[in-house]
Amino acid sequence: MKKAPDKDDGGGAGQIPESILLGMYRNIYATRQFELACIEYYRQGLIRGYLHPYIGEEAVAAGACAALRPDDYIGSTHRGHGHCISKGADLRLMMAEIMGKATGYCGGRGGSMHISSTTLNHLGANGIVGGGIPIATGAGMGIKVRGTDQVVAAFFSDGASNNGVFAESLNLAGIYQLPVVYLLENNHYAVSTPIECATGCCDLAGRGPAYGVPGICVDGNDAPAVYREMLKAVGRARRGEGPTLIEAQTYRHGGHHVNDPGLYMDPDTLAEWKARDPLILMRRAIADDRRVAAVEARVDAELKAAVEFARSSPEPPVEEFLSTIKE
Amino acid sequence: MAEMMYREALRRALDEEMQRDPLVFLMGETIAERGGSYKVTEGLLKKYGPRRVIDTPIAEASFTGMAVGAALIGCRPVVEILFVDFAMLAMDQIVNQAAKQEFISGGQCRVPMVLRTQGGAGNGLAAQHSQSLEAFFYHTPGLKVVMPSTPHDACGLLKAAIRDDQPVIFIEHKLLYMTRGPVPEEEYVIPLGRAEVKKSGTDVSLITYSHMTLKCLEAAAALEADGIRAEVVDLRTLSPLDKETILASARKTGRAIVVHEAVKRGGVGGDIAAMLMEEAYDELDGPVLRIAGRNTPIPYNLNIEKACVPSVEDIVAGVLRMV
Repeated sequence: MKKAPDKDDGGGAGQIPESILLGMYRNIYATRQFELACIEYYRQGLIRGYLHPYIGEEAVAAGACAALRPDDYIGSTHRGHGHCISKGADLRLMMAEIMGKATGYCGGRGGSMHISSTTLNHLGANGIVGGGIPIATGAGMGIKVRGTDQVVAAFFSDGASNNGVFAESLNLAGIYQLPVVYLLENNHYAVSTPIECATGCCDLAGRGPAYGVPGICVDGNDAPAVYREMLKAVGRARRGEGPTLIEAQTYRHGGHHVNDPGLYMDPDTLAEWKARDPLILMRRAIADDRRVAAVEARVDAELKAAVEFARSSPEPPVEEFLSTIKE
Repeated sequence: MAEMMYREALRRALDEEMQRDPLVFLMGETIAERGGSYKVTEGLLKKYGPRRVIDTPIAEASFTGMAVGAALIGCRPVVEILFVDFAMLAMDQIVNQAAKQEFISGGQCRVPMVLRTQGGAGNGLAAQHSQSLEAFFYHTPGLKVVMPSTPHDACGLLKAAIRDDQPVIFIEHKLLYMTRGPVPEEEYVIPLGRAEVKKSGTDVSLITYSHMTLKCLEAAAALEADGIRAEVVDLRTLSPLDKETILASARKTGRAIVVHEAVKRGGVGGDIAAMLMEEAYDELDGPVLRIAGRNTPIPYNLNIEKACVPSVEDIVAGVLRMV
C-alpha cells in the first residue's frame, strides 16, 4: 500500500503569486463543499444514478487548471466535478445538471458522468474509463490542424492507464508532438482494485518515456507542486515541444462512488492521506486566515445560490424531448 | 459526364472538400505516403501536406477517438479504417463516444466526423477481412450510415457526409473500387437519407444497397427475359432510412424483397421487412422476403465463399418464387 508522501509543508508555495494560491484554494474548497452537498442531496433522493466524489483529490485539478488559459481545453472523467469547477464552471449550471434539470449544462441529459461545456472548452466528463483519452488527444490534433497555440489537459486515472487507449494515445501524441498534457490521477484504486494488483510496474510516470513522452511524478495533494509541474508542461506544449505525462499521486477519501463504503481501503493509509488533505495543505501554504475565510464565505454563498437555482429549476419536458427523436 | 472509377470518385470528393474547407483533414493507416490500400487517397499528401493527410499507427480505437476530439473542437476529420472488421477495435469510440457526444452535451457540441471504411466478401480474404457489419452502426442512434453503390453516389454522398454535423459511418465495398460509372463534371452533393430507384419496374421491388445493387440490377435484367419487371431501390443511406421511397415502391409493385450481403439474422433487412409489414401490410400481395448472407463467418475457399453471399441466381430465384 502506497504511503502518503512525507513532506507536508504545502510544497513551498513561495514564488507563486498569492492570487493564484487563493484561486487554487477557492477551487479545492468549492469542489469539496459542492460534493459534500451533492452527497447530501443524493441521500435525499434529489440526485440519482452514479456519483463519484473527487474528495481528497481536488488539488490535482486545482493545480493543473491554474496553469491553463480559458481557451485551453480539458478532457475529464466520471470523477470529474473537480475538473469542471477548476476550469471555471458555474456552480448553478453544474448543480442543475447533476439534479437532472433543464437548466443544467447539458439540459439534464448528461448528469454527473457527462458534464461538458463548450463555453469553458470542457470536452466532457466520460462514463467510459479511458474513453476520454483519445478524445483529448484528438483535440490536440485539431489544434495542430487549426494552427492555434492552445493546449489540452487530459485528466484520467491509474485505472485508465491500464487500458489500451492510454498506450495508443501516448504513442500517437509522441509521434505528432501534440500539445497535450496527460494528467494521470493516481488515486491508487481502480474501483476496488489497488494499483499494486493491477500492474506489474507501479511507476506509472515511467510509461511516458517508453513512448518518447517526458514523465513526471508529483505529489497530487499539493496544489502548488502540481501547478509548478503543469506550468512547465503547458509551456512546452504551447511552444510546440510536445506532450508530457504527469502522474499526480493522491488518494480517494472514500469508496468508488457514493454507495461504496470503501471497506477494502486500509484505514491507516487512509488516515495518513487524510492528514495531508489538500485543503489543509493549501490553508497552511496561504497562512492568512482572513483571506481564506473570505474565499470560503464567497464559495458558501455561491453554493447556496447554486442549490436554490437547481432545486427551483424545471425538469426537461418529456414531450419536448420526445419530439426531438427521429425514428 | 466523365467516366470514373469508384475510388477516383471518392478521391475527388475528398479533394474538393479539402480544397473547400481547411478544417477537413484525413487520418488513417497507410493513407498518406502509400495513398491508401485501395488508392483512394493517392496524391492528397502531396497536394495538402502532412498536417492534413496523416498516416497513423495501427491503433484504431485511439485514432478514431482522435477524430471525435478533433471534431468536437470544430475540425472535420475523415478517418479511414482499412477494413470494417477492424472498426470493431474502435467500437467504444464509435458507439459510446462519437454517437453520444451531441446528445449527452444537451446539443452544445457536434461531432462532424466521417469514418470511411470498406467491407464485404469476394476477394478471398476470409473471416476477419470480409464481413458486412453495417447492422451494428445502423442499430446505434446518433450515427449516420452510408453505403454507396456507384461512383456517382460515392462522390456526392461522401461530400455530403463530410459536410454533415453528425458522425457518419461511410462503408465502401472492396469489389466496387475498380467499377466505373458516369460522374458529372460539375460539382454536386447528394443529400444523405435519400434512396434512388436505380431501375423502375412494376412487378416486384428489390430493396438493396452497396454491391448488392449491382447484383440486383443484373437479376432485374435477367428477369426481363421472363417478362418480369423488377424495380431496384438503392437505399444509398441506411441511416437515416428513406422509408418513403421504400414504401412507395412496395406499394406500387405489391411485392418486396430486401437483398443484402450481410448475414440475414439481425440484419438491416429484417428491420426494413418489419417496417413494411407495420406500415404497408394491406397493400402487399404477400410477405416480404429477405435474400441475405448465410449465418456463417466468411470462408477462404472461393467456392464456399461464393456460397455465403447472395448471387444473381439467388435473387432471380427469389423473385420467381414470389411472382
